Amino acid sequence: MVDSSLAGRTFPPTAPHDVTADHVRAFADATGTPWTEGDPAPPTYPIVVAFAAMQELMHDPEVGIELRNVIHGEQRFAYQRPVAAGDVLTATLTVDSLRQIGGADIIGTTSAVADADGALVCTAKATLVHTAGTA
Amino acid sequence: MTAEAGTELPTQTFTVTRADLVAYAAASGDHNPIHQDEEVARSVGLPGVIAHGMYTLALAARAADTWAGAPGRVVELGAKFTKPVVVPAGDDGVEVVVAGVVKKVDDGLTTVGMTVTCGDDKVLGMPTAVLRG
Repeated sequence: MVDSSLAGRTFPPTAPHDVTADHVRAFADATGTPWTEGDPAPPTYPIVVAFAAMQELMHDPEVGIELRNVIHGEQRFAYQRPVAAGDVLTATLTVDSLRQIGGADIIGTTSAVADADGALVCTAKATLVHTAGTA
Repeated sequence: MTAEAGTELPTQTFTVTRADLVAYAAASGDHNPIHQDEEVARSVGLPGVIAHGMYTLALAARAADTWAGAPGRVVELGAKFTKPVVVPAGDDGVEVVVAGVVKKVDDGLTTVGMTVTCGDDKVLGMPTAVLRG
């Protein structure tokens, strides 16, 4: 089980992510989303940096959980503005809550996604469900 | 968009294949093998390879962008991932259907309640988008 001291912890910001037109196109293409250069990135694009923050949480020596044993339970985004090519984004993750139910850790997180100026671009809230794996 | 509360928005149907999941894993950075490898997926108790929850949410977002009439108008988006979208091998893949109903129009913001299904299953819980304009 994940140690209960995890609740309330804020992780360092993720490495800056350059939002390139090529990467936005690849992300859009994977879900068949029409995208033309100059368009805003698709709404779920900030998951790229939010997911990087979640991986740092999972790989933290004091946490140490395997991605394959994690189910993404819930995801919410609130946008200050759309993401566009040329942005440089970071995500700063805070563990809002930690509950243990039926042998599973229910980890509530909020990642603040900010641009190069430090201005908030979007807030990404994720619930991760960690079960002890059999794999 | 101009729509009153209660308006049903055009239902949209999308196809998901395993090749899409491979492309999505590369683009998103989520390389969890349960989205690509049948054996790993079954080893953790899943019926087979499943789509990333975020893949399904991206399809809901795609529908929301279409309803909004232009990209960049989604101000809130969220859902619970309640049931997996099992994606069979092969080019046919599986269909995901996104329906939407206008719940509220307030101060230029339109709240859309969605229903996202795969076969008979609702795969997202309370999927909701708030659209500007």
